[in-house]
Amino acid sequence: MTEQTENPLRDAIAEAIAENQVILFMKGTPERPMCGFSARTAATLEAHKAPFAAVDVLPDPRIREELSGISNWPTIPQLFVAGELVGGADIIAEMAESGELATVLGVDAPEAGVSETVDVVEAPPITIDGPPADTTSD
Amino acid sequence: MAEDATPEEIAQRIVAAIPNSTVTESHGDGHHFRVTVVSDAFEGVSRIDRHRLINEVFAGELGGRIHALSISCLTPEESK
Repeated sequence: MTEQTENPLRDAIAEAIAENQVILFMKGTPERPMCGFSARTAATLEAHKAPFAAVDVLPDPRIREELSGISNWPTIPQLFVAGELVGGADIIAEMAESGELATVLGVDAPEAGVSETVDVVEAPPITIDGPPADTTSD
Repeated sequence: MAEDATPEEIAQRIVAAIPNSTVTESHGDGHHFRVTVVSDAFEGVSRIDRHRLINEVFAGELGGRIHALSISCLTPEESK
């Protein structure tokens, strides 16, 4: 019967999902993530150089409640592309690894080894004990 | 306060709920868990819907009693 819902917060979330090609609902912000799963997912998007909108769900617990009601997905983060839920942290990590995420985002896959985990540690040069492999032996 | 969940409980509940499933990996610290589930029930099912099948097993507990559950869902073929 009636078209308008009695739930302006839910409407606002649905509108944000509809209006942003790529939108991430997370705990904290990309600059200041408040949860490891949100941090990893935001970093993965940044590694893909895909512009995305980010919504912090922490300021009001009702944001998360309504979001989960819309998406039928219980946990945070949640990534939407073109209005569709793509996944949470595990799925985004799997899709980044397989290259599917770049396809979904419509970008080039980031260079191998740069994506995924954020802790880029200076690795010591790899040395191998023993004589170098002799490619000329026959 | 509810008792802390255990990796064994998580695995048992998944196996009980998902047809022909085995849990090949389940560990956690009482709050954060990681499981790998292999089942032919995932055949032809999208990643999102596979996860939803698992999420439904713990409906209402995720984010609460079970703070976080990392999930990999594989078909028998994919797990090879």
